[in-house]
Amino acid sequence: MAKVHVTTSINGEPMEFLCEPSDTMLDALRGTLNLTGSKEGCASGDCGACSITLDDRLVCSCLMLAVESEGHEIRTIEGMAQGDRLHPLQQKFLEMAALQCGICTSGMLVASDALLKKNPDPSEEEVRFWLAGNLCRCTGYDKIVRAVMETAAEMRAQ
Amino acid sequence: MNVVTNNKWIGQRTIRPDGMDKVTGRAQFAADTTMPGMIWGKVLRSPHPHARIRSINTAKAEALPGVKAVVTSKDIVDFPIEKGAVMLGIQDMRWMCRNVMARDKALFPGHPVAAVAATTEAIAAEACKLIEVDYEVLPWSIEIDDAIKPDAPILHEFNKFDGKPSNIAGRLEHKKGDIAEGFKRADVVIERTFTTRPVHQGYIEPHACLISVAPDGKTTIWSSSQGQFMVRAMTSMLTGIPQSDIRAIPAEIGGGFGGKTIVYLEPLATLLAKKSGRPVKMVMTREEVMRATGPTSGSKSTVKIGATKDGKIVAAHGTFYLQAGAFPGSPIRGAAGCSFTPYDIPYLLSEGFDVCSNRSKVAAYRAPGAPIGAYAVECVLDEVAEALKMDPLDFRLKNAAREGTKAAHGPTFPRIGYVETVEAAKNSPHYAAPLGDGHGKPQGKLRGRGVASGFWFNAGGESSAQVNITEDGNVVVTTGHPDIGGSRAGIANICAELLGIDYRRVSVIIGDTQTVGFSNLTGGSRVLFASSMVVTQSTEKIIQTLRERAAKIWEIDPEAVKWEQGAAHPVSPNAGQFEPLTLQQLAEKAPAMGGPIGAGVQLNTQGADGGFGTHVCDVEVDVDLGIARVIRYTAVQDVGRAIHPGYVEGQLQGGVAQGIGWALNEEYIYTKEGKVDNPGFLDYRMPVCSDLPMLDCIMVEIPNPKHPQGVKGVGEVPLVPVMAAVANAIYNALGKRFYALPMSPPKVLEVLEAPTREAAE
Repeated sequence: MAKVHVTTSINGEPMEFLCEPSDTMLDALRGTLNLTGSKEGCASGDCGACSITLDDRLVCSCLMLAVESEGHEIRTIEGMAQGDRLHPLQQKFLEMAALQCGICTSGMLVASDALLKKNPDPSEEEVRFWLAGNLCRCTGYDKIVRAVMETAAEMRAQ
Repeated sequence: MNVVTNNKWIGQRTIRPDGMDKVTGRAQFAADTTMPGMIWGKVLRSPHPHARIRSINTAKAEALPGVKAVVTSKDIVDFPIEKGAVMLGIQDMRWMCRNVMARDKALFPGHPVAAVAATTEAIAAEACKLIEVDYEVLPWSIEIDDAIKPDAPILHEFNKFDGKPSNIAGRLEHKKGDIAEGFKRADVVIERTFTTRPVHQGYIEPHACLISVAPDGKTTIWSSSQGQFMVRAMTSMLTGIPQSDIRAIPAEIGGGFGGKTIVYLEPLATLLAKKSGRPVKMVMTREEVMRATGPTSGSKSTVKIGATKDGKIVAAHGTFYLQAGAFPGSPIRGAAGCSFTPYDIPYLLSEGFDVCSNRSKVAAYRAPGAPIGAYAVECVLDEVAEALKMDPLDFRLKNAAREGTKAAHGPTFPRIGYVETVEAAKNSPHYAAPLGDGHGKPQGKLRGRGVASGFWFNAGGESSAQVNITEDGNVVVTTGHPDIGGSRAGIANICAELLGIDYRRVSVIIGDTQTVGFSNLTGGSRVLFASSMVVTQSTEKIIQTLRERAAKIWEIDPEAVKWEQGAAHPVSPNAGQFEPLTLQQLAEKAPAMGGPIGAGVQLNTQGADGGFGTHVCDVEVDVDLGIARVIRYTAVQDVGRAIHPGYVEGQLQGGVAQGIGWALNEEYIYTKEGKVDNPGFLDYRMPVCSDLPMLDCIMVEIPNPKHPQGVKGVGEVPLVPVMAAVANAIYNALGKRFYALPMSPPKVLEVLEAPTREAAE
């Protein structure tokens, strides 16, 4: 089967790539585009390690076809820091030890960022339900929830 | 508590050295690596729980365009059963060679029978379908009760128990005195039987590797594991390539919890790479992880405890049957050896039985065996305390093991911190808080509180480090253990503390097998204990060198030079008046003063003290829906010394979360055909963020006197008491006790509705 030509924007950069019609966005990111920050933990949308945003909407890139990115804006973990300046969430995750092995961290950060864009003042319960699609097996979520809440408070104060 | 506080870096919440890579997506995990010319490997797995393999025909698969190599058990080094055990650590290679690829029989659904490498993953998967395997399907058993029946289908005919072929592969016991004598002295005796289901370690990163074998046999492995040296040794043994020709490079590891302490893919990928002449990448799907990698045992345990009226335990008997899966080796030592250990019990018999059955071979899971045993023991203790009308923590205090107590598994305890954990739990704000219904909860939700304690052995063992001073006066530390939970941060704190420099000047690297001395697995809660010992000794050697260099420059005796705050100083004005020489200045002068500054140490580290924890858990049970939720949790643990408190807390919280999953939801569910029916995250149901409350930690610090910084292992203890703490809390809420895990909604409802049903009948 012939490959499909896709024109999209990834982390603010215009991007073109070829993919199989059946390739997921995660396949395209990790394979063709060599953006391996998004991780595959399940390939069924249950772990959230491959979280990205599509036009600012949080999605599991393993559940989306690569061809569906045509003409849309994709953002991944690789686009979260501004040059050498970390996003406040990234900085807070480091300061508060909100990661252990680190495999879920990209997805957690992308999902948390999407939450704070939607709701800059989430309750603990809102953070927990928003992140319920991102599995972490190491931390017990405590430090992640605290880091997200604290970042939100600091960003609101600025 | 005797916490040393005058440290600059030890005990500080520094930023971990590998943190930046992990928050920016730069960190290289095994599945992120590629190589020019790389092809893909896939595994063909048995659909049957038990089947003799009559023949395998790979001709059609080999003929498929794009296929570059096919391997079967013929290609793997055989370790004949009759020649006896070939041990590598705790693993017997006779089982390992049959676990990576079925030899005569397939022993569980998902057991590899062949592997293919092809130019794309899709072609490799297609080729697997073209392999013809002639199976003679055999009867099978999965559950312990089925596997130990006299007429059970036998997995391994050579295995004998009581002189007859059996699925019981082994028994161990720990004994103190004659328990019959002990029970005679008891006023209260309670005996119960408990079952637990197999659960998976549930790391988010599936197993993955990329392997290149050059025509001269030089082999490079990038893989996700808890030990690159284990990967090298096992791959060498199973492929016949000498260890010196294998360079095993540790990728970042996306969780392990014991499940990545053996190899699955590496020997297959190595053989495929050797045959094809191309680098081979293999990545498991989540379903493959669930079907074919090590979950821990399901179990059946009977525990009997006798106590006198005044609350002293006089006798205990535990019988722990644990599923091993397809090959011998369930963690009976953890179950039988840890579960009674927090207590001083004069008459004791603790027995473990290792039972083979047709499910995947179990692998270590965080304090292997101990949480299973503790669940049974700590629930019975709760019943005994209740029968005696004693507070459960007071009952534990009254029977607590302390310095001088002879433990069930043999040793006489040195200074330990168990009592302190119980006292801290008892004095915690959590234990003092009313349980009550302060938030106007609707009726039908009942609250309860439970406690439990746990013990894990902890381990020392082989570790190597190399510490080098760079030409610009900074530090590179190389150790040999993969960093799963932040060990690099602890090492940076220690090295910076000893040298008296900023921790940001210390870079901590995990070396590959050909660049650092042998280091055993990341497992047994041993890594920071062991690696900080070798890092400390290496750093001390460097400080000695630095003092000698300064002494030479100042033309005084090295004994007259002290190292303080990152610089050499004269010990006193008597030694002479000299401006301090900093690490940076000495590094710059190194070429002229004797050459590079570096030191390495290899040790078989000893003196790892066991670890104790005591947990308090509050639950709320919705009696209409059967849903139990943990609403407050406090884990207290003797952590020796918290080198990086953030990551120590992380270990406690992570272990608790896993235990809550094990207690309430997680289990392997099997189809009538003996296949795992829930091999994905959706149906396996690990705790998600909204399932849990914040998890409080109280770190009791009783420094380990045999360690330079007082370190004790902390990673495994936190999982040990959890299931019992949750079960005891649910009992406290409902007045009904659960003797089987998980306590999932349908099972809670079943117990709640039981009397109603009986009445209706």
